Amino acid sequence: MNFIQQLINGLSIGSVYALVALGYTMVYGIVKLINFAHGDIIMVGSYIVLFSMKSAGFPFWISILGAFTLCAILGVVIERVAYKPLRQAPRISALITAIGVSILIQNVFMLSFKPDPRPFPNVIDGNFGIGSINVSYTTALTIGISVLLMILLQLIVKKTKVGKAMRAVSEDEGAASLMGINVNRTISITFAIGSGLAAVGGALYSAAYPLVDPFMGAMFGLKAFVAAVIGGIGSIPGAILGGLIMGIAESMTKAYISSQLTDIIVFGILIVVLLVKPSGIMGKNVKEKV
Amino acid sequence: MSSLLSVNDLHVYYGAIHAIKGVSFEVNEGEIVSLIGANGAGKTTILHTISGLIKPTSGNFSFNGKKLNSMAADKIVKLGLAQVPEGRRIFSELTVQENLELGYYSVKDKEFIKNEYKHVLELFPRLKERRKQLAGTLSGGEQQMLAIGRALMSKPKMILMDEPSMGLAPILVKEIFSIIKACNNEGMTILVVEQNANMSLSISNRAYVLETGSIVMSDTAQSLLGNEDVKKAYLGG
Repeated sequence: MNFIQQLINGLSIGSVYALVALGYTMVYGIVKLINFAHGDIIMVGSYIVLFSMKSAGFPFWISILGAFTLCAILGVVIERVAYKPLRQAPRISALITAIGVSILIQNVFMLSFKPDPRPFPNVIDGNFGIGSINVSYTTALTIGISVLLMILLQLIVKKTKVGKAMRAVSEDEGAASLMGINVNRTISITFAIGSGLAAVGGALYSAAYPLVDPFMGAMFGLKAFVAAVIGGIGSIPGAILGGLIMGIAESMTKAYISSQLTDIIVFGILIVVLLVKPSGIMGKNVKEKV
Repeated sequence: MSSLLSVNDLHVYYGAIHAIKGVSFEVNEGEIVSLIGANGAGKTTILHTISGLIKPTSGNFSFNGKKLNSMAADKIVKLGLAQVPEGRRIFSELTVQENLELGYYSVKDKEFIKNEYKHVLELFPRLKERRKQLAGTLSGGEQQMLAIGRALMSKPKMILMDEPSMGLAPILVKEIFSIIKACNNEGMTILVVEQNANMSLSISNRAYVLETGSIVMSDTAQSLLGNEDVKKAYLGG
């Protein structure tokens, strides 16, 4: 029974990794940029929920909606100000800029809110039992919200006009604009969705590990990025799969091996995947046309 | 006849390279006009500039009385000027149907969309059979048909076609050109850019010959087909 318990814990943290990994993968798909500031959006999202609940007294639901909206706007602004001017520049310039934006956000938050970790308010208490397994409401809520958002995203990308435009732009920007697609707007929408998902991921993560500090996004973001790479960067189902693999591997390592080895195991999986299938589990082999 | 597309003293630089050196031409409503020339003459650059993918250094160009200078590519399509780009550039990860749906991305009228969709599938029965397939799994000829069909979806006034014969077997080239002719018979104005000058001249009303960024000759397609210099340079002797 302990195994199933750990599996559920793994799914819970894994689905949060997946939410954040989706942002990395969608942004990479559309502008071929590893957005290193994405991890810090998680932290911003957590702070927004923290203040909204503690200072303004809003319930968790409204706070999470607020964090989604504000971080979506923040994502769009970052893209417009920092990345858009570099769209034709070599990708390494944009990558370095992304690292710069990440450092900027971290330090703005450190100066504004002090570097000390703050306790995150309790979202919901209690457990419920299925047979002999105990599941906390927080875990169930995390899995529930994540699954819901992933289904919603899948529907948007597959069924809507905006989703088709996103896929078209990520494949061929020039051809997409010849179809009458506004490329800039499509890229903005992608950043908005990705950043919004990261904010929700941050809130759910903080609900489970209730400490918030300005640097919490760095390691968490890195792991989510690794999840995106394991699944195959650019692939939406890949990001979900990668996130779940990471989460389950982490919780299994903690339970059966040693909690000090979790990071070694997780990054070890990355190395193995990159050795066996460098494009990631669901990644495509892109052939260069000669 | 009124000129639908007119290009006036167009100059394009790629960095220090003067790629288009003062090109002027026009296309009248209802015509098929060919722009022929060797590799690297600047044919694709001209089409990309008209469609708004490349910004010109100087020069004026207008479509249907509207100036196109510095207009964004997605706005130009909405004026009724579509392009079938070189190398087809279909969205290979999307299905045939989704590709066609993107063709009318800028159109809102549902009834119009339904009719055009039906019309395009009638024109290309092969696409109808394969509409659920990923576009990347189509053969080269089918991909070219999809690229043309996609451009037709918005029922443009004019289509720019960039090397529609590229990489296709001779029998398919014939088929594609007969489709282009059929579109023209329905009243669509067409500018074809081609290396296969023979084929393209045979369906055109007029043509321009482009050499390293300048237009060196312009005449009716008929007389260019008979011109000794053109024969030697572009029609295989």
